[in-house]
Amino acid sequence: MPNLSASDVTLTFGGLHALSSVNLEIASGQITSVIGPNGAGKTSLLNCISGFYHPSKGEIHYNGHRLTKASPHQVSKIGISRAFQNLELFRGTSVLNNLMLARHKDLSYNLFNAVVFFGKASRVEAENRKYVEDVIDFMELEPYRNQVVGNLSYGIQKRVEVARALTLTPEVILLDEPMAGMNIEEKEDMVRFIFDMKNEWDITVVLVEHDLGVVMDISDQIYVFDFGEVIGTGNAQQVASNPKVIEAYIGEEE
Amino acid sequence: MTYFFQLVISGIVVGSIYALAAIGFVLIYKSSRVLNLAHGQIIAAGAYIIYSLTVFCHIPIYISFVLGMILTFFLAMSVERIFLRRLIGEPIISVIMVTIGLMSIIDGVIYLTPFGSENLSFPAFLPTQPIIVSGIYISYTQLVGLLITFLLIGGFTWFFKKSTVGISMRAVSDDQMASMSVGISVPRVFGLAWATAGLTAAAAGGIIGNITGLNFDTLHAFGIIVFPVVILGGLDSLPGAVVAGIIMGLIQQFASGYLDGNWGLYGTANLLPYIILLVLLLIKPHGLFGTHEIERV
Repeated sequence: MPNLSASDVTLTFGGLHALSSVNLEIASGQITSVIGPNGAGKTSLLNCISGFYHPSKGEIHYNGHRLTKASPHQVSKIGISRAFQNLELFRGTSVLNNLMLARHKDLSYNLFNAVVFFGKASRVEAENRKYVEDVIDFMELEPYRNQVVGNLSYGIQKRVEVARALTLTPEVILLDEPMAGMNIEEKEDMVRFIFDMKNEWDITVVLVEHDLGVVMDISDQIYVFDFGEVIGTGNAQQVASNPKVIEAYIGEEE
Repeated sequence: MTYFFQLVISGIVVGSIYALAAIGFVLIYKSSRVLNLAHGQIIAAGAYIIYSLTVFCHIPIYISFVLGMILTFFLAMSVERIFLRRLIGEPIISVIMVTIGLMSIIDGVIYLTPFGSENLSFPAFLPTQPIIVSGIYISYTQLVGLLITFLLIGGFTWFFKKSTVGISMRAVSDDQMASMSVGISVPRVFGLAWATAGLTAAAAGGIIGNITGLNFDTLHAFGIIVFPVVILGGLDSLPGAVVAGIIMGLIQQFASGYLDGNWGLYGTANLLPYIILLVLLLIKPHGLFGTHEIERV
């Protein structure tokens, strides 16, 4: 059943329509991919869902929450987390600190408890630490746990970015080109992680990706964007045989 | 030699207050990249609030000191909420222009009150005769001021390193997008940065007011000297602000102690910080501890 829905979402920058009347329904527990040529509005869509942009028209809802006007920190508290295409990590500190910071929203203890640091505060800290360790195991980041993020290779940094989104205990994770710039081996790892997120952690995945091979392999549902509009939707076969999609990707036949 | 140590002591006292004042300025710059040119006015406002509470409301000085800090906390927070919140995302130069506007407004308001032109001094609440240790004089006001300043600086350092709010502030100053995506409310952090700056500004104003007396021109000069201090320390470094504050205090005391009166020089203490400011901007614009921003094109 669909639990993240966008209806008639339009986003304009001056006269430019980044998104025009986009409708989508993202079913929970599935991998939904969003593909399309550069500038088709894929990242704009993620920005609208995660609250970085607010649509000029239309509504976005998630499980009864209205996301249309929500700000990013509210969206992340509702259970939708996001990994950025261009890395947005705290580069000067360790992988562990990057992930622990993502538990910030669960640091419910008040200032007094934080000062004396026993009882609830230390218990919460320990629980958070355990959860972070689970994520580190899952994303196979053990060797890099205490390394400074800025010194890690690009592929590993991408993995930290995804790990941080996971650390927020999301119900829905938005991944913006998690495989861009990776080599084959790193891509295979990432595909496995995304697959396991869905199967083992029951997380709904929204994936923006350029690698069509990967998308066709793992997606339950695909939305194809071009010039800010949805031009095709369905499963891999339906999309691959959709003439509009072929036209957008390969060009019109003479 | 006694003279030298006397200068060192008074340099450290004045310098640590500069440090306290500079912390607030750095905090706002660090979290939101705004140069708050009205910081000196907030310091003055804080000092006058503390004075009013003590003298007009007859509240014991220690309590009015804390109350004054809290009031300035809310004053700075509302300044952010009313004037600067709506400028998030606007070009940074517009925001800085707004702080210049704020500077004039607060100046104007203070000149409207009797505070603008009068020389006031806090009622004495400590023994007035100085402590003399092997020929070096230190007054009780200086000693207590120094103590409070170091307590506050230590407290804030701890606050930034360990508390949830402090960690959020550091996260926002590092990467706003990332902070938002992990559930930190960036506007709230900006508000808190201003509020904390107000808190430290009031403390600095209150202490300097107790040591030198309250005079708007002096407080003005005190607010302006924050600039050479933060440039020396590096605009975005809190330890830098503390170190540079103390260095600046020492330089001023040595200048007035050794240069003034010799070779026909006078008022060097007021001039030197700005000479240092100019030279630094030419040779080391990031200051002692500031971040070097390297742009690869």
